[in-house]
Amino acid sequence: MGKAFVFGDNIDTDLIVPGKYLTLSTPAELATVCMAGLAEDFVLRISEGDIFVAGRNFGCGSSREHAPVSIKAAGVSCVIATSFARIFYRNAINIGLPVLESAGAAAGIREGDEVLVSMEKGLIINQSTDESYTFTAFPKFILEIFQAGGLVDFIKMQHK
Amino acid sequence: MGMTITEKILAHNSGQEQIEAGEIVNAKLDGVLANDITAALAIPQLQEMGYEKVFDAERVFFVMDHFVPNSNVNAAMQCKVCRDFARASDLKYFYDVGEMGIEHVLLPEKGHVLPGDVLIGGDSHTCTYGALGAFATGVGSTDLAAGLAKGELWFKVPPSLKFIYEGKLPRYVSGKDLILYTIGQIGVDGALYKAMEFAGAAITELPMDGRFTMCNMAIEAGAKNGIIAPDEITEKYVRMRARRPCQIYTSDADANYEKVYTFDVSALEPQVAVPHLPSNARNISEVKSITLDQVIIGSCTNGRLSDLRAAAALLTGQKVHPYVRTIIIPGSQEVYLQALKEGLIEIFISAGAAVSTPTCGPCFGGHVGVLAAGEVCLSTTNRNFVGRMGHPQSAVYLASPVVAAASAIKGRVASPWEVV
Repeated sequence: MGKAFVFGDNIDTDLIVPGKYLTLSTPAELATVCMAGLAEDFVLRISEGDIFVAGRNFGCGSSREHAPVSIKAAGVSCVIATSFARIFYRNAINIGLPVLESAGAAAGIREGDEVLVSMEKGLIINQSTDESYTFTAFPKFILEIFQAGGLVDFIKMQHK
Repeated sequence: MGMTITEKILAHNSGQEQIEAGEIVNAKLDGVLANDITAALAIPQLQEMGYEKVFDAERVFFVMDHFVPNSNVNAAMQCKVCRDFARASDLKYFYDVGEMGIEHVLLPEKGHVLPGDVLIGGDSHTCTYGALGAFATGVGSTDLAAGLAKGELWFKVPPSLKFIYEGKLPRYVSGKDLILYTIGQIGVDGALYKAMEFAGAAITELPMDGRFTMCNMAIEAGAKNGIIAPDEITEKYVRMRARRPCQIYTSDADANYEKVYTFDVSALEPQVAVPHLPSNARNISEVKSITLDQVIIGSCTNGRLSDLRAAAALLTGQKVHPYVRTIIIPGSQEVYLQALKEGLIEIFISAGAAVSTPTCGPCFGGHVGVLAAGEVCLSTTNRNFVGRMGHPQSAVYLASPVVAAASAIKGRVASPWEVV
C-alpha cells in the first residue's frame, strides 16, 4: 500500500531520468534522480511502497532501463497507467517493477490517495474513495519471468 | 492468409511457416547492438546470468557514441567497462573514437545489418534498420543482455499499420517531413506496440537516407518497428556493403493490416514539430516567428551524407546568424570523410558553423551543445521532450536539414525558400 503520485499522458524517459544522468548505472545512484526532469529533488517526496499513476503512453522515448530501475530503486512499488510505451513496459517487467494497465484506475485515482494493489487478484483498491479497479492480467509467459524474479534470474535458471 | 514483411521475417527466424499478430515467438537474432550507455548496464547483467562471452563475437556490435569522445569522468568510467569487456570477449566489431559513428548511421554503412535480418539494439532508434527491410527494434539492457547471451529473444508479433504516401514530394520536402507529418497525424502513441510499414509512390522515389530517417522515428509514434520493403534502391545500397547473403521479403497482397492510412503528399510543406512532443507537427508557414539560439544538424535521424549535402546547398556563400550557434555533426567517419572530399565541411566552416566528430551528444542533452534555461534550438534530431537537450526550460523544434540550414541563416525558424 502507498500514496499515489498522479501524472499526465506521455511521461517520457527524459523526465524520469534526464540524459545528463545516464552516466549513473547503479540502482542506488539512479534512485536519487528519479523524476528529476520534473523536479530535481522529486525523490525526497517518495516513501517506500508509493505508487505512480499516469495516463497514456507512460515511459515513452528512450530504451534506457535506467528509467524503471530508478523508479523501483526510489521505493515505488508499482506503476499504474492507461497504457505504457512498449520498451518501458518490457524493461519494467524484466527488472521486476510491476506495471499495471488500468484506464479506470488511472482516471479515478487522485494525487495523495492511499492505494492498495493485489497482484494475485488483479485488483487495485483506492482506500481513500473505496473504489476498486481491475487490471489486465499478465500472460503465463510473463508470469514465469516474474516467478523467476526477473529475466536475469530466469536465464540463470535455464543456463544451469 | 498472407503475411506482412514483419511477420515473414519473424516467422523465418523463429522457424515457422505461418505466424500472425499477437503470437509470441522466440526468434534467432542476426545481430545485437549496444552503445556506451546501454552496454554498460547489460555487461554486469550478462555476467550475472552466468555468461562471460557473447553468443557470437562476430554478430555483436558495440558502438561508443553517446558520451563519446568521453565528456566527463563518469562517462569515461562507463566507456571503460565497455572497452575492457570488448577486448576480453574478442568482439570483432567494437567501434570507438576514430572509427565510430552514430550507431544507426554506422551499422548499415558497414553492412552489419541486411534485408531479412532480425536485430535488437540497446537503443530505441534501432528501428532505423527497417529501412533495409529488416526487423529491428530497441530493447532495454536486460533484454540486451539476454540477446548477447543466447542470440535469441522472445517477441510478440506486432500488428501492422500500413502508410501509403501518394504523389511526388515537392522540392525541399524530405523523409523527415513525411515522418513528422505522419506522427502529427497519429500521435506519439498512434502506433504503440505496432509495426509501421511505409509504402507508396513517394517511398519508391525516396533515397535510402530518407528511408532511414522515416524508420528511425517510428519509435516516436510508439511503434515496435518501422519497415520498408526492399527494392532496387535498397539492393543497390546493400550490394556495396554486404559480406554475407541476405533474404528479401515483401508483404503479401492479402496480408493483414490493422489499419491503412493513405496520404497525398504532393503539396506537403516542410514540417516542424514544436515543443514538447514529436507529434506537434506544423506546416513551416505556421511557425516562422520563432527566434533561435542554436541549430543542430546531425544525429541518427539526419546525420547522413545527403542530409549534409542538402544543408550545404543552402549554406554555400552564406553566413549563419551571429546569434545562432550552428553545430553540424556528420553521422560517421565515412560521412565525414566524404563530406570533406566534396567540400561540404569547408562550406560549413566558412558559413560560421562548428563541425564536430560523430557523436549523439546534443540530441539527448549529453554534451556538445547543451541548452540553458530559456534557450531555443532547432534540431534535425528526433525528440523535443521537456529538457531533452538541456535545461527543463529550454525548447527544441524538430525539422529537416534544409529547414535547419535556412533557420541558421535567418536566426529564426525559416523555410528553405526564404534563402534561395
